[in-house]
Amino acid sequence: MNALFAPGFFTNGIVHSALIVGAVVAVVAAVVGTFTVLRAQSFAGHALGEVGATGGSAAILAGTNPLWGFIGIAVVAAAAIELLGVRQPRSRDLATGLVLGAGLGLAALFLYLGTTSQSTTGASITVLFGSLFVVSMQMVPSIVTLSIVALAIVVVCYRRLLLTSLNPDLAAARGVSLRPVSALYLLALAIAVSLSAETIGAVLSTALLVGPPAAALRLTKRPIAALVAAAGIGVLATWLGILLAYDSYTWPPSGRGWPVSFFIVVFVFCFYLLAQLRGRKVTRG
Amino acid sequence: MFSSFMVNTWVAASIVAVVGGVVGFFVVLRGSAFVAHAIPHGAFSGAAGAALLGLNTVFGLGVFALAGALGISALGRKGRHDVATALGLVVMLGTGALFLSWSAEYAPQIYALLFGEVLGVSRAELWPIAGLAIVCLAAVALLYRPLVLSSIAPELGEVRGVSERVIDTAFLLVVALATAMTVPVVGALLMFSLMIAPAGAARALSDRPGVAIACSIALALVTVWVGIALSYAINWPLGFFVGTLGAAFYGLGRLIGARRRRIASPVA
Repeated sequence: MNALFAPGFFTNGIVHSALIVGAVVAVVAAVVGTFTVLRAQSFAGHALGEVGATGGSAAILAGTNPLWGFIGIAVVAAAAIELLGVRQPRSRDLATGLVLGAGLGLAALFLYLGTTSQSTTGASITVLFGSLFVVSMQMVPSIVTLSIVALAIVVVCYRRLLLTSLNPDLAAARGVSLRPVSALYLLALAIAVSLSAETIGAVLSTALLVGPPAAALRLTKRPIAALVAAAGIGVLATWLGILLAYDSYTWPPSGRGWPVSFFIVVFVFCFYLLAQLRGRKVTRG
Repeated sequence: MFSSFMVNTWVAASIVAVVGGVVGFFVVLRGSAFVAHAIPHGAFSGAAGAALLGLNTVFGLGVFALAGALGISALGRKGRHDVATALGLVVMLGTGALFLSWSAEYAPQIYALLFGEVLGVSRAELWPIAGLAIVCLAAVALLYRPLVLSSIAPELGEVRGVSERVIDTAFLLVVALATAMTVPVVGALLMFSLMIAPAGAARALSDRPGVAIACSIALALVTVWVGIALSYAINWPLGFFVGTLGAAFYGLGRLIGARRRRIASPVA
């Protein structure tokens, strides 16, 4: 038992908040991410996370809570993508890229100004790679509130969102206007992504947003089942990652522990590959 | 600004801009901005790994860029392309986080790899950059016709015997090559900005491939030249100038292109 759960895993306060925050973030990312995968907008999801890092670094520079910086910038960026990107997928791709490029340029500046004025050289790495183990209990209320907002948007728009994601032409023919649904969805995406980017790093937020839903959609075609499976896979990968990261404090080379982001990414990827194998068996019958 | 140690910088940045302008045209044409972002960004992890082992960072960048390109192309065959790209990117970056936690690399060096460091290009570094640039441009010249055909009309390309899969993999390998040479100069995060912003503006200005490529190269050159001059003058990171100037040029290109089209077809 001790070989699997290193001593103190169940009594450690930091591990508890990591498990709770990780699960909340994984569920929100999986639910919003299922629509991201259906709408083929992984790039927008990734871009919002990285641009959110700009807001995070600006907030660090200004000395305020990074979470609000993340959300503020991500919402602005989502609006810019929506306005720039015409309905054609290729120009949307370009618009996303340009917003991302401009955002990263600003991030470079803020991080540079931050490091020269405050000598916090680790800021760029913290913002990009993050760690679940530095999330404090005080952040839990705001994280939970924002998660509820993002989930509420999805629940309220569920039918219209599903229809416009799966068959935009049919949706238009039925009189569902695409623009408001698309804008609301991007708002939910901005909130979900900046939540996860702030708590677990911009890198991981993409992994949790895209990986579990893509795996779930391989396993089932029914939307509700896919949502539940995606959330389950996301939470499982996060918890397994936290467990191994905790265990790894005794591993070589340094005794500092391996990054939790690494483990979660590896688990997410393995689940995706497994789902792909299984999905193929199902279709072959 | 033009003292002897800066000459290398101007030469390296100009080479990088030409390659970025040419490869970028196809990135925009094929709608693969995500891949163009993912490969350099993920390859950054390779540089971290190379630093850990004490190897040349360009070597690490090259290995990771090529592995990433092949991995994304293999994953993309069975699933959605954007999902494959996202997963390829996060796996590479997750590995990078692991390397970073193992190494005692100083944060400023990592920052330089992410956001670019043009002020320290040595004469010895110029040769590999120039060599890779020639290979890249030659590959694009060889692939030019099938690449344009499969980008504009994939079905027509298949009929003519141009395999979409082969072209896609070949194109990703070109992006990987361009990555290995440009990342040390402009940084992993802004490399793709240099590829898509000038090319996007050029596409808005002209529909003819030759003209658009020329425009794209010219805009990329102006972007890096202005960027270096400003970066030298006020000491802010080059990445900031490349990212924001690129977006500004694209905005201008769209405006001019839209106005021209309105004049050309007053009825619409």
